[in-house]
Amino acid sequence: MTDAATGELIVHGAEWTTKQLFVYPNEFIYWSIQIVMYPYMTGLVAGAFVLSSLYHVFGQKDLKDMARFSLVFSLCLLPVAMMPLQFHLQQPLRGVNVMFTPHFTSAIAAFGFVFSAYAVIVISEVWFEYRQYFIEQSIALKGKKSTNETLLRWFYYTLALGSRDLSEKAIAVDKKAVTILAAIGIPVACFLHGYAGFIFGSVKANALWMSPLMPVIFIMSAVVSGIALCMLTYIIIMQWKKFQAVLAKGMGDESVVVIEGVQMDVLSKATRYLLGFLIAAITLELLDLIFRGYTAMKSWDILREVMFKADFFKIFILQYGLGNLIPFLLLVVPKQQTIKKLTIALVLLLFGVFMMRWNVVIGGQAFSLSFAGYMHYTLPIIPHSMETYKEGLFGALTVVATPYLLFWIVSKFVPSIRYS
Amino acid sequence: MSCSRRDLLKNTLKGAAVASLPLSALKVLSPAEVKATIGDSDTRWVFLVDIQKCVGCGFCVKACKIENDVPYDVGVTRTWVERYVVTKDGNTNIDTPLGGRDGYNSDMIHGEHIDPDTITKAFFVPKLCNHCKKPACVQVCPVGATYQTKEGCVLVDRKWCIGCGYCIMACPFGARFFHPTLKVAEKCTFCYHRISKGLKTACVQACPFGARQIGNLKDEKDPVSQTIMTKRVGILKDEYGTQPQVYYIGLDERVR
Repeated sequence: MTDAATGELIVHGAEWTTKQLFVYPNEFIYWSIQIVMYPYMTGLVAGAFVLSSLYHVFGQKDLKDMARFSLVFSLCLLPVAMMPLQFHLQQPLRGVNVMFTPHFTSAIAAFGFVFSAYAVIVISEVWFEYRQYFIEQSIALKGKKSTNETLLRWFYYTLALGSRDLSEKAIAVDKKAVTILAAIGIPVACFLHGYAGFIFGSVKANALWMSPLMPVIFIMSAVVSGIALCMLTYIIIMQWKKFQAVLAKGMGDESVVVIEGVQMDVLSKATRYLLGFLIAAITLELLDLIFRGYTAMKSWDILREVMFKADFFKIFILQYGLGNLIPFLLLVVPKQQTIKKLTIALVLLLFGVFMMRWNVVIGGQAFSLSFAGYMHYTLPIIPHSMETYKEGLFGALTVVATPYLLFWIVSKFVPSIRYS
Repeated sequence: MSCSRRDLLKNTLKGAAVASLPLSALKVLSPAEVKATIGDSDTRWVFLVDIQKCVGCGFCVKACKIENDVPYDVGVTRTWVERYVVTKDGNTNIDTPLGGRDGYNSDMIHGEHIDPDTITKAFFVPKLCNHCKKPACVQVCPVGATYQTKEGCVLVDRKWCIGCGYCIMACPFGARFFHPTLKVAEKCTFCYHRISKGLKTACVQACPFGARQIGNLKDEKDPVSQTIMTKRVGILKDEYGTQPQVYYIGLDERVR
């Protein structure tokens, strides 16, 4: 790549890497913000799906309202799990080579297949869940004259894939299919994400990443972030509905009270699951840290320097303190939970999991393979080239915004939020 | 001899099946042919670095960059030379400005002046891809774009590499980088294009002191092979289990 202003060649990674002391000449922070986003986004997909499956498979009836929403939301998150990888590749057009010549000794090679299998499961589950709705819509729109409605009817007709059967037997089959798919989906979702952890955990050259606990840690924090995001999005949508109801019918109307009651009920039940996974995630992470300190292998000297000095603020204040401890207290301590407190706790949790990904991905490259030098990462904020956009703040924001854009589009045809 | 219609049909079918067997299916392969098919070769390229002979002139780095079209003025390089300066207080000062391309003629290391009187020992360590027997980079490439030749060289297919950087992360030696203009993984090839024609690598040819040598480990008469077999040699970062094939004479425990 060439710098537009000076015409000088720029090495990939040199723009955001500062070296200190002895670092090998070829070392840079090659895996930057998009590789932080990648496990974060796959984590959200897996977490959202697991949440929806808790209802479908284990019959957790209290999660019924969340289940449908989180299923549709995990559908919208699907393409987003791929995005960071595409943004990160130096040869994005060749990304598909992974499917053509998968080299199965590589942890990344199976990604295409695991991900596709998972996508098929999620898409099929959504289809079975909404088959009845698609048929009903295409029947209801029959005979309507306007172009829009005709188009919409054909759209639903296509979505139903030619199926017209609304008998009780057929609907029972739908339900059964959803349950089976959700059951298969849980191990696949965990595998998809655990395996994102394996991609890091198996890099023997990297002292921070190499740990057999990495995949399990990744799954647990993935479920935490997935549930937290679903709850947060649910809150936002329900608040919006409440606001609309207030505008239409006034503050004291029955529908407003109903929305509020349903919302709090659903949320407090989801919180219990969230807490369980949060405790598991933190326990494993601390175990990993203590084990490293206790065994004190060759790499511990430089790891300790990075963790307790250079990255202390990011790891112990932002990740464990602000991102784990405070939300944990907010969720556990007060008997009377309020939407406001819950929202703060959820936002902090999402931030905490993001910081965990950051500290693993960037932190793992904060020291040289020589163990005699450091590298510092500066996130490119204002992009001045394609590379600084893709691997900078705005690239990351594009990735974050996409699932919401997709959800907005999908919701026009597939309603996933009902409070009645 | 009687022959029923059924027998005739049966035997005709059997005969046809035998006749349709291609002759090649029964061909006996010679041991040499078998060896060629399963990918064995009578060459295993290895590299020998004599640290005691290196003066840190950087000619090897220059020659490599020019020979292999690695942009001259960028920090990344296929081969580099590190300087180690150990002082009386036990500190090891290490640097490699621009990969040691321009040689070492300053007393400054990372902005600090090193007083010559405090130095207990100092030496230079040339580095390059170790063309490991069990290369971690080949293991992790998701598309098989990086591979090992029969002669043990680890190469990159520039037309197939997707630029994910997993191989760069997996290499414990920091031998890999992204080529600044081609945007694919790049590394030392032992000058495969030269050695397969009987030439020496660019760095070996450029070294005025014979600190670098390339040889064939499978040839007992090869001087490099003889040195590795009979002298005390070391390798870098044994603990990663990749079995590096760049051997060092005079390796110090402080070498990273």
